[in-house]
Order: sequence, then structure tokens, then C-alpha cells
Amino acid sequence: MTTSPGITLKGQHRIGGRVLFDADLLIPGGQWTCLLGRSGVGKSTILRLILGLETGGLFSGSFAATDGMPLAGRISYMAQSDLLLPWLSVLDNVCIGARLRGESPHFGRARDLLNRVGLSDHTDQKPATLSGGMRQRAALARTLFEDRPILFLDEPFSALDAGTRADMQELASDVLQDRTVLLVTHDPAEAARLAHQIIVMSAQATQNWPVPETVALREINAPETLACQAKLLAYLRGIAA
Amino acid sequence: MRFRDILMTLLIGLGLWQALVIITDAPHFILPSPWRVAQAAYKSRVIIAENTWVTAIEVVLGLLIGTLLGVATAIQLAMSKTVERLMLPILVFTQAVPVFALAPLLTLWFGYGMGSKIVMAVLIIYFPVTSAFHDGLTRIDSGYRDLSISMGAGGWNFMRYIQIPQALPSLGTGLRLAAVYAPIGAVIGEWVGASKGLGYLMLLANGRAKIDLMFASLIVLACLTVFLHITIGVLATRLNRYAQGVTN
Ligand SMILES: Nc1ncnc2c1ncn2[C@@H]1O[C@H](COP(=O)(O)OP(=O)(O)OP(=O)(O)O)[C@@H](O)[C@H]1O
Ligand SMILES: [Mg+2]
Repeated sequence: MTTSPGITLKGQHRIGGRVLFDADLLIPGGQWTCLLGRSGVGKSTILRLILGLETGGLFSGSFAATDGMPLAGRISYMAQSDLLLPWLSVLDNVCIGARLRGESPHFGRARDLLNRVGLSDHTDQKPATLSGGMRQRAALARTLFEDRPILFLDEPFSALDAGTRADMQELASDVLQDRTVLLVTHDPAEAARLAHQIIVMSAQATQNWPVPETVALREINAPETLACQAKLLAYLRGIAA
Repeated sequence: MRFRDILMTLLIGLGLWQALVIITDAPHFILPSPWRVAQAAYKSRVIIAENTWVTAIEVVLGLLIGTLLGVATAIQLAMSKTVERLMLPILVFTQAVPVFALAPLLTLWFGYGMGSKIVMAVLIIYFPVTSAFHDGLTRIDSGYRDLSISMGAGGWNFMRYIQIPQALPSLGTGLRLAAVYAPIGAVIGEWVGASKGLGYLMLLANGRAKIDLMFASLIVLACLTVFLHITIGVLATRLNRYAQGVTN
């Protein structure tokens, strides 16, 4: 596929006059960037800002794709809540983007993705009959179905059990090779495993955190993964206090 | 409402009625006993059936047309802020005119036949259906809107695939109101001027001092309304379940 663009963002975001965050980001194209920071620091807000959605605040600064083209229509977004439509089957939920754009959905591809997230036996069920983790995997399949060069994933694996989470990380890493991914997570282990780049966000600044030399996707129990994870956790606890 | 409960309520109602007749000792041309009314109903069953049929058609057609118009208006209002700003005050203002006051005019314009009664029923349910559905269409979960924007949805597709299905329970609420109002509209239309229908039959019976027949017509009208209420209730429950994605 054609190379996925990166994104730069620099500026200050205010909500009701109060500065929420001051950020200076470079999200490299074709790589996974993990964004961490304590709850309420504005991680989701950054995603929504770049997506052009309502943030309830005012941003002074600028952001752009590194290839100079508009960002609109090139980002697939998985929000923090699954946003599955209760009246549609899981399969139809995965295809909703195509429907909303007035295209005829490629059901084969949707089924294939559902198969890969382990929901092949549930394609005709309604979301209300699924568990929280199953719903999140359905939302992941819907996000992957969009097939866009940039992906914004807001805590996409938060509702999954440890085993399924590791599986889904591997799946996403495989499907999204060479895409630009911005992943918000609270899990240092996830960041240590998946990231080409880690950004730790606080109200004052955004800070690049060193990642292991090895290539992502890393082994969960590799020493450098564990070391990175441990240091990151210690740091996050420090800034939370 | 379970069938047994309905039956119980009915029996209690009949008992109270009979008790009232005995206690007040009212003459039968003021307050006929249930038994007298039943006899009258049986004797006039053909004429009651004919007139019930007319009223039922007026009510059902009024409901259908009023719902279609209300749904179309609500979608128009929700699709365009400009239309909403221009139309909503007008809609609210027209509600200040009591629809009943229009009945003589409607009879003048649409004649003594079914037409004026259907229009009456349409007018009376149009606003409740429109405002309930419009409310549902605009009270959309903002997350869905964000999702659609990020997916590049067109306005009509968002309406069709998300707003409308999500608003179906609100439409159900509007329809429940409409089911109560529509028969009132039709019967008032018949009172003002008609040669058929339950409202007409009630007036006729009253004029000829056939109070038992009048009571019989009244009870049939009540049954018609209750039947409609239950049917629409079932429909509204289905709309709810559909929108929530729960089957049976
Ligand atoms: N629409 C809005 N209007 C006003 N304030 C908002 C709005 N959206 C978010 N905020 C505020 O902005 C701050 C950052 O919210 P945001 O959702 O970006 O945090 P987050 O870093 O994603 O947190 P979490 O890890 O809990 O998801 C919060 O204090 C929140 O109250
Ligand atoms: Mg968040």
C-alpha cells in the first residue's frame, strides 16, 4: 500500500479558560505511537481534536499530515466506548461505515475480520447479547474494516482478558502493518510491546519515552520489553502522585 | 394488561353500574341497566356494526395519514436547521388553535362524508406524532454522530441508518398518544355533521330518547379505542425492542 502519512501537532488546548494541555507531537508515518498519561489529562481530546470532533474547548496551534494533504477521510477512529448500534447485527455493525457512505459493503471482508477477532460464531447476533470484551472486539473489527492509512485507537483492548488482549494486539499489529497508528493506552506492558514510539502526556508537556531497541511487536516476556514496562510504570506512578 | 385483568375490570365495572341503577332507582330513560343496554345493542346490532365500521375506517385512515405526515415533518425538521427554525414556531402556534373549533369549518370544506372526519383525526394526531418523533431524532447519542463524521457519512445516510432507528421508541410514544386522540377527533367530527358513524349514532339515539342505544354506541366506541390502544401498544413495544436489539 502507499505510505501512510504522519501527523504533527503543536499547540495549547484550553477548556473554559483553563489550559488542559500543552503539546508538541510528531506521530511518524507507518508506525505505532502509544500515548499514555493519567486519566483526564486530555488523551482522548487530542484524538478528537485531530479528527475535527467537538472537544468542548479551544485549541490554539496547528496540526497537519506530514504529506501536506488534508486529514479528513483518512483516519479510522475507535472511540473509548464501542458505539455499536443495538438494532444491527454484529456483521452489519462492522459494515456500517460503508452503509453510511452509501457504498455497498464487502461482507466477505467483514466476515473475515470477525473471524480474526474470534466472533465468527456471533456475526448474526445483536450487540446486547455480547459480553463487554466481545463488543470491544466487534468495534475493533469495525475500525479495521474502514481500511484507512491512519488509525486512532482509544484504549481498544481495555475490556479484554489478558490472553485475548495479547491475541488482539498481535492481530492489530499484523493487519495494521505500515499504517500510522496512534494508540491511547493505560497499560505500560501494551506500550512496551507494541510501540515504535511512546509519548507520555502531562498537562505541561508531551514527552518521548525511550522504547526498546528491538522491533515491535515484541515478545511479552523479552527482558527489554519487561524493563521498559517496569520503568514506564514507575514513571507514570511518579507523575500521578 | 393481561386478559384476566381486563375481564375482572369489566365485571367490576358492570357490577358498579348495576349497583348505581338499583341505588338511585333512576328511570331507564335516564340511566338504563346493563342488561337493557345489552338488549338494545343486540336489537340494533346491524346499525351499530355499520356505524362502527365507518368510524373505525376514519380512525385508522386518520392514524395512517397523520403518522406519515408527522414522520415526514419530523425528518424534515431534523434534517435542516433552517426548516426547524422556520417551522417549529409555526407548528407550536397552530397548536394554540383548538382543533375542535375547526370541526364546523372542516365539515364545510370536506363535506358530511368521511373526508372531514379523517382530516380531523389527522390534524389532532399530527402534532403529537411530529413532536415526539422529532424529539427522538434530535436527542441522538453524540458518540454516534462522531462515529459517522469520522466515517464520512452523508446527512441522509446518517438519518436513515442511525437517527431514524434510534428514534423509533419515541415514535412509539407519539403513536400511543395518537391512538387515544384519533377516535376523539373522528367522533367530534361526526357530532358536528355526519350521516354515519358512532358519533352520529349517539346523537341520533339521544335525539330519539333511545338512551339504551346511546349507551350501547358509547360502549362500542370505548371498546374500539381500547382495542386500538392495545394494538398500538404492542407495536410501540416492538419498536422499543427493535431499537434496543432485544429479541422477544
Ligand atoms: N466536551 C467536553 N466539554 C468540556 N470538557 C471536556 C469535554 N471533553 C472532555 N473534557 C474534559 O477534558 C479533560 C480531558 O478529557 P479526556 O477525555 O481527553 O481525558 P483522557 O486523557 O482521555 O482520560 P481517560 O484516560 O480517563 O480516558 C477532562 O477533564 C474532561 O472533563
Ligand atoms: Mg480517554
